[in-house]
Amino acid sequence: MGRFLAVRAAVVSLMLLAAFLLVWHQATRGVATVAKMDPAYARLMGATATQGASAMPGPLEVGAKLFEHLRHPFYDKGPNDKGIGIQLAFSIARVMVGYLLAVVVAIPIGFLIGMSPLMSRALDPFIQVLKPVSPLAWMPLALYTIKDSGLSAIFVIFICSLWPMLVNTAFGVASVRKEWLNVARTLEVGVLRCAFTIILPAAAPTILTGMRISIGIAWLVIVAAEMLVGGTGIGYFVWNEWNNLSIANIIIAILVIGLVGMALDLVLARLTRAVTFPE
Amino acid sequence: MSTFDDPFDPSRPLNPGCVCGRHRSQAEHDHAAQRLLQCAPVEHAPSAERRYQGVIASAVMRAVFPKDAARRAFLKSVGSATALAALSQFFPLGRATEAFAEAGPIEKKDLKVGFIPITCATPIIMAQPMGFYAKHGLNVDVVKTAGWAVIRDKTLNKEYDAAHMLSPMPLAITLGVGSRPIPYTMPAVENINGQAITLAVKHKDRTDPKSWKGMKFAVPFDYSMHNYLLRYFVAEHGIDPDTDIQIRAVPPPEMVANLRAENIDGFLAPDPVNQRAVYDGVGFIHTLSKEIWDRHPCCAFAASQEFVTGSPNTYAALLKAIIDATAFAAKPENRKQIAEAIAPANYLNQPVTVVEQVLTGTFADGLGNVRNVPDRIDFDPFPWQSFAVWIMTQMKRWGQIKGDVDYKAVAEQVFLATDTARLMAEVGLKPPAATSKTFAVMGKTFDPAKPDDYVASFAIRRA
Repeated sequence: MGRFLAVRAAVVSLMLLAAFLLVWHQATRGVATVAKMDPAYARLMGATATQGASAMPGPLEVGAKLFEHLRHPFYDKGPNDKGIGIQLAFSIARVMVGYLLAVVVAIPIGFLIGMSPLMSRALDPFIQVLKPVSPLAWMPLALYTIKDSGLSAIFVIFICSLWPMLVNTAFGVASVRKEWLNVARTLEVGVLRCAFTIILPAAAPTILTGMRISIGIAWLVIVAAEMLVGGTGIGYFVWNEWNNLSIANIIIAILVIGLVGMALDLVLARLTRAVTFPE
Repeated sequence: MSTFDDPFDPSRPLNPGCVCGRHRSQAEHDHAAQRLLQCAPVEHAPSAERRYQGVIASAVMRAVFPKDAARRAFLKSVGSATALAALSQFFPLGRATEAFAEAGPIEKKDLKVGFIPITCATPIIMAQPMGFYAKHGLNVDVVKTAGWAVIRDKTLNKEYDAAHMLSPMPLAITLGVGSRPIPYTMPAVENINGQAITLAVKHKDRTDPKSWKGMKFAVPFDYSMHNYLLRYFVAEHGIDPDTDIQIRAVPPPEMVANLRAENIDGFLAPDPVNQRAVYDGVGFIHTLSKEIWDRHPCCAFAASQEFVTGSPNTYAALLKAIIDATAFAAKPENRKQIAEAIAPANYLNQPVTVVEQVLTGTFADGLGNVRNVPDRIDFDPFPWQSFAVWIMTQMKRWGQIKGDVDYKAVAEQVFLATDTARLMAEVGLKPPAATSKTFAVMGKTFDPAKPDDYVASFAIRRA
């Protein structure tokens, strides 16, 4: 039954995709009426103006462009024109550095907050104020103080992926069942040993859920940050193609960003499942 | 062949390597020879002057005889002494060597120069693919940057050694308007003219500026010629730019998209944005900026004072490369070639025909006409100090700077006209004798000696 459901779901997914592509194709195929033009003038104009082609590319055009990109994903034609594979690698590297820094900082501090009700109350207002700040708001400040655009981008990833992990770790640690802690206390388990053998495994699913939320946020933020600082990365690619008003390339970038985001999420979902325990 | 070999030697090897051809480099050859013959006589290194002479003569020889075979045949038949004499006759080898030698060694070869992808940056961009930086011994990466604020911060952070800026920006940075005050210099203007007012196609019939009340306009940056020119233009038509219309700063790449979405009614923008709006059928070119002020400066090549004084030879080489490129771009016959060099994704990332229309001045205006304005954009590196004074009068007029301004002192500190004049002479251009000149904006003459009277003479002003 479960297998059968999966097959049916896949069929429905494919049908939805096909329907979407068909509607998209029909919607962008339409040719607007075009005023008569002097041929010398028409030669200087783009297809939108001369043939009334839609400014929105159709699925076929996007497919052809995508094929181009996939054929040479790693070309390097100078500092401002690199293949989409290289751009993705830059973005993923930045996200990883910023994210891992956030993990290193957030989990110990989260532990501290979770184990101490005093710190939890004391730090709460700061966390609540800083948590909802948009990545772009951090950017000018980071550029001004760090004085390096590459590090600024990493800092922005760090600061934005910090909060969900911090809050979730604190929550996970604080809500470890009292009975388990009491058992540990009666057995005279030391603080460190208690933290690693009882609290950590008990809070692990919550911590990993926080990490999963964070990686999603980090990946969201990188595009915005790279659009701002430019240079390399998938965000820069989007900005560069926006500059060229190439909607087809932007659609491709959206697709690629979505796929990578999904892959990152899947990895952490697997990890979460690995540490989940039945009660 | 090595640049430092004797250029008049007919048997000079063509490939880099050693004289005997068995080693990969001269150093390796020397090392092997030393091992064979420990008591070899010590050879004196050629003096620096001789070496420079060799470099210059090599360049000249190669320029005169680009084909290796022909150069060798010539040298064989007449001998090197005659060749030297003959060349010196029509090329002042002595003077050229001197100019080169004066520069001294370059402190830093690998440089990063930031640019915004617009045609104003043409000299900075084209100097890379067309080899002007390499010609002056520099290895320059030109890096595309997302916006003016970012390019300013990255230059202030020293991530860029020099950058493409709007010509009011170095003035604003030096005065500390909109950023912390840092002594900044602007040794060269990149382009003159080359901007335009573009309106959405739906405003086809509202060409009279008096009917523009309530419209929304975009300019690239608050401290830009675009902002001052647009304000000047509408104010001359009796429209107050602060109360009657709305002007907002929008980065150039977003302008066309905003115009299509009817978020804005028009913009005064750098090219290729104007031509791109026409190309995509969303706008028409209302007024070229040359019709407001012919030969106005727009973008600039800027560097921090620290870079200028800290590495003077690198700065001189870089500036020479830019001036050289600017001179090349100023010739109309080179424009097509430049358009092809700077249109690809690595630089402007625009269709070639759009860039070509901008640079050649034969363009579609968006209303069905093909116009031919050869000096729609032009290139002239000379940073007239009176330009700086005019820009500051406008900053004052619109309330961007308050209080008294020492116009002349700031202009002299930022617009390095004398440096440019010296280097222009070195690369064989004729610099103007004065550093200031009067000009007319929309028929009204500007006298750089009386900036305060000029500000006071406008009916619409904030100061």
